[in-house]
Amino acid sequence: MANEQLIMPEPSGGSSPKKAAPVPPKEEKKSEYQGKMHLLQKDMIGRYYDRLTACAEGKGGKAAYMMISGNPVELVQAFDMIPVYPEVNALQLAVKKTSLPFILRAEEMGYSIDNCAYVKADIGMYFGGRKTAFATIPKPDLILCNYVGCNVYLQWFEHLQEYSGAETYNLDIPFSRTASGEPTPEDITYVVKQLEEVIVACEKLTGIKFDYKKLQRIVALSAETGELWSEIKKLTRRRPAPFDAYFDSVTMMAPLYCLRGTEDGLKFFQEAYKEMKEKADRHEGPLPEEKVRFVIEGPPPWPHLRAFRDMFSRWGAVAVASTYSTVGGLWEFGFKHDPQRPLESIAMHMLRWNLTNRSMLQRYQQIKSYMEDWNADALVIHSVKSCRLFSAGQGDMREYFTKDLGIPTLMIESDLEDPRYFAEAQIRNRVDAFFESLEHKRMLAAKH
Amino acid sequence: MIYSGGVDVGSTQTKAIILDENCRIVGRSLINTGAYVTQAAERAFQEAAADAKILTDQVAYVVGTGYGRYKVTFGNAQITEISCHARGANLLFPNTRTVIDMGGQDAKGIRVDENGAVKDFVMNDKCAAGTGRFLSNAAETVGIGLDEIGPISLRAKKQVRLSTVCAVFVESDIMSYLAEGKSVEDILGGVHSAIAARTIALVRRVGIDPEVTFTGGVSRNVGMVKALEEKLGFPVNVCDDSHFIGAIGAALFALERATAQPEDPAIPAAGQVSASAPPAGA
Repeated sequence: MANEQLIMPEPSGGSSPKKAAPVPPKEEKKSEYQGKMHLLQKDMIGRYYDRLTACAEGKGGKAAYMMISGNPVELVQAFDMIPVYPEVNALQLAVKKTSLPFILRAEEMGYSIDNCAYVKADIGMYFGGRKTAFATIPKPDLILCNYVGCNVYLQWFEHLQEYSGAETYNLDIPFSRTASGEPTPEDITYVVKQLEEVIVACEKLTGIKFDYKKLQRIVALSAETGELWSEIKKLTRRRPAPFDAYFDSVTMMAPLYCLRGTEDGLKFFQEAYKEMKEKADRHEGPLPEEKVRFVIEGPPPWPHLRAFRDMFSRWGAVAVASTYSTVGGLWEFGFKHDPQRPLESIAMHMLRWNLTNRSMLQRYQQIKSYMEDWNADALVIHSVKSCRLFSAGQGDMREYFTKDLGIPTLMIESDLEDPRYFAEAQIRNRVDAFFESLEHKRMLAAKH
Repeated sequence: MIYSGGVDVGSTQTKAIILDENCRIVGRSLINTGAYVTQAAERAFQEAAADAKILTDQVAYVVGTGYGRYKVTFGNAQITEISCHARGANLLFPNTRTVIDMGGQDAKGIRVDENGAVKDFVMNDKCAAGTGRFLSNAAETVGIGLDEIGPISLRAKKQVRLSTVCAVFVESDIMSYLAEGKSVEDILGGVHSAIAARTIALVRRVGIDPEVTFTGGVSRNVGMVKALEEKLGFPVNVCDDSHFIGAIGAALFALERATAQPEDPAIPAAGQVSASAPPAGA
């Protein structure tokens, strides 16, 4: 509200009491990097959405709904089904500033104001004809709930099942219970057995017989893709980081989830690696000058992504690592799909190698590793109201990093989908104050 | 003589301070912010200069702070009130290690080092509990002026326990206590106690080290000073200028920049854009 007040027109006739000319706003070079990678992403994801629309219009294809967390997209690709991620669709609605009418529609249906806004946007869109600015979303043929660590996910997909009547399978993935995060052999067998049941369901649904060699080829493509993604992420250890590991990583995440296990997906990551490596070798970053390197925890505020990014860019702050980019998988810490053991490696991906299936202490370790190995100066926690799974414990996380490790940590709160929770004046105030204090500390350090 | 100015445009009130080169406060003004933020900032600055008996042209450098800082268009730089409160508190009470700032819409806790630099901070989020707005709603409900509720709360014999710290629902809570026949003193005692507890819980997130300096508009309320001291178990620093501490901090930053040597790269000299230049389009 305060911000609305600030942009009210001023009455004319106000005279400046000082003769000195007002200092003009500092011109920041636009931080958005529009290289080949972006064009390729636009083209490939455009074609992916065309497939969704064609499927929705009955022109072929079977839609398999999945969750991002450790998604087993390889299995779906093996039956030529189209992976559909309600989370990706919901965030696209938010980025295009079209989420609110759908959220309100879901609230009218009875979804609480405190429900996850991803769910509400998706359900509202489902009942709003499934037509969006980027595609018509097909109804599900298969609902594959591949992550049940979040009960909201489970219920989201159960609701979709009720609304669509589609075949549903809930994969029960045991949560990480050891300090190392290493699953037991029984955990792996338990998941593989379930994957085998999913295979039977997919055969029945698609009429395609399971081809083990085809799955191996897909998993081999995933392995190569994952390795490139991992190498790309390591490039931000350089100074300056060639891209922003939060705001630019999201460009690479849609191909990682929607196209992984395909030739297109591999081609995208080959191109992205080449381009980012060249940028790193030329010492080019996303900003004219990299003044602060930060690690960021939490999903982005999609409805206000540009405004949020600008808050950091004007301080010369670049994200060198982000936990959000590891929700779908943790390749940079050593994971690689194994074509010789395709089902086991899909199981390992879901059990061990994705952020959401990990304990809070493992999340601390991950961030600590980013702080050290990526040479970061500060940690930013963006806590989102929608996702209690992700946000619960972030207060303790802040304490651990500020008090135990002495790392400057900023915590801000808004939402990943609902535009009503982004209080721009308040958030800007926190961001500005945080970077002011960092600058002050540097100034004092330079003096001594 | 070199003069500097600090203008703190808050959600409710705008405060302006003029400092001389010896860090002495030579002018101050306080006005309601209203809808026209730039005009409020200009008027507050002009009144502070008049109070200092100088022309506005004699002020070498002006820093804007507060939510309306980017509307201090005649200023040379903008710095958040978080940095400014820390700095201002350090001038008035050099042993300050924690600042509790309660303004019209904000409640903040700031940890401060011996130089007045911010070590850590925490703020209320999208909720007016613990802010001046809560108190003004409570004052309105009992039909007493905002300036009077603090002294009246000190006369409470048996404070009521509020069931909510929501600035909106506090009204119905108070109404029900009035209907039960509770005294206004006991109700206001409960209001101050609830807000003090809420604010201290917030500030504890960054840690509370003495000395604690209480700033912002609510620091003028003696009932809140006492309620905070009771919960903390030790006295808090407060003075007649506590309300102005943000503006004082801004004026200190301005003075530092006005007197900066050109060769000091860490401090932008007068006329240079600070690190916190307004965002494009602000």
